[in-house]
Amino acid sequence: MNYLRQIGAVAGKDLRSELRTKEALNASLSFAVVILLLFSFVVDPDSEMLEQMSGGLLWMVFAFSGTLILNRGFARELPNDCLDALIASPIPGSALFLGKAIANFTLIAIIQIICFPVFGILYNLTWTAQLPMLAAVSALATWSMATLGTMFGALTVNMQLRELMLPMLIYPMLIPALMAAMQLTTLLVSGQPIDAEHQIWLRVLIAFDIIFTSLAAMLVETVLVG
Amino acid sequence: MTALQAQALWKYYGDFAALQQVSFEFAAGSCVALLGRNGAGKTTLLRILAGLSQASEGEVSILGGNPRQATVRSRIGIIGHGIGIYDELSAEENLFTFARLYSVQNAAAAVDLWLERTDLARVRRGLAREFSRGMRQRLAIARAFLHNPTFLILDEPFTSLDDRAIALLQSLLRDALASGATVVLSTHQLREALELATHVLLLNRGKLAFTGERTAEMLANPGWVYQHYGEPPASASPVNGEAA
Repeated sequence: MNYLRQIGAVAGKDLRSELRTKEALNASLSFAVVILLLFSFVVDPDSEMLEQMSGGLLWMVFAFSGTLILNRGFARELPNDCLDALIASPIPGSALFLGKAIANFTLIAIIQIICFPVFGILYNLTWTAQLPMLAAVSALATWSMATLGTMFGALTVNMQLRELMLPMLIYPMLIPALMAAMQLTTLLVSGQPIDAEHQIWLRVLIAFDIIFTSLAAMLVETVLVG
Repeated sequence: MTALQAQALWKYYGDFAALQQVSFEFAAGSCVALLGRNGAGKTTLLRILAGLSQASEGEVSILGGNPRQATVRSRIGIIGHGIGIYDELSAEENLFTFARLYSVQNAAAAVDLWLERTDLARVRRGLAREFSRGMRQRLAIARAFLHNPTFLILDEPFTSLDDRAIALLQSLLRDALASGATVVLSTHQLREALELATHVLLLNRGKLAFTGERTAEMLANPGWVYQHYGEPPASASPVNGEAA
């Protein structure tokens, strides 16, 4: 019970801080909407190609705009040496990691909840036919981003070029999850259910989440303290 | 009972040895003034004691355990160089966050008590970033004492504190010592530290130069320990007619 309270304390203070300043949220949301808008000028809304590339476009937008949020995850602890106060507290490394990952997940999810309707309007697409499954796939892929981003955020927090380093570290690692999310989102946005042929991508996402969540929860304390 | 023990501590930053073969032992209830000039290794040592950094070699034991053990950390209170409070949270939210992290029983009562003791109750819902420097420092003191720690690690705690915060901290440290807590504090403000200290530990360029009880001579002349065991001052002129 204490463990859950500690996770909640970390996630709660991160979300409260971010919702007060909206520093990362504003930057991430405007970036995402601008990319969606610019691409809408390039792609013909009536073309078949749009349906084929919808998953790729959406997840590129989420991956790029998401790093603006992920970068703030541990950087938020730097003013006043809050990271030291946090590490010195009796919270297990895994609880610290999970609290931060939940906060990052929630903030990226907020961006997605706004971006999906914007995408539907700009590209004239009905994307809600498979909404529950689309939400599940988005949640799985967003958790992949949140776990990797939180873990590497801990690794790069004291680097001067962390804004540059974090995307360089997470994008290559994130490729399997992004590929799975793109494939499944393309399918679901076009209104088709996940068939047997595409089940493998769902399994990839689930396996990715389990493996990287476990690894990150085990390693984060070593990363932060040495 | 031994509250703090360090055996042959070494800490390297690359090839540079910030701590070299440092060993000491202090009983519970001691107040240790950790002294040394800038770059002597005080902060490095305190970070290892606080579990914020690992020693390259050697062992540390606090209250009978490793400083990274959760049970040990839950009994340690820390004031470091930074105040360790979140600017975007209110005073109350800051303390509630740390109360949950430290699993404080009856967190609401503990938060109320420490807001009262640090005279921040009237601004409990104000954001920390809107506070004056003194108020922020008092909030940091409340954060460090919130969970009734039995081992306190303070890195230059009096630096840049206003008079009110210094008086508050001194009074809290006296209360903590009276209740049997162990305190390790590094400072350049020798008089304030030596008034509280029962023991002195002097570091000189990463090496242990002196460790022992605080004597009446040290209290009468706070520079005494530097003059007898420390480096000569930068001007190389003897202090009080004695070469160091």
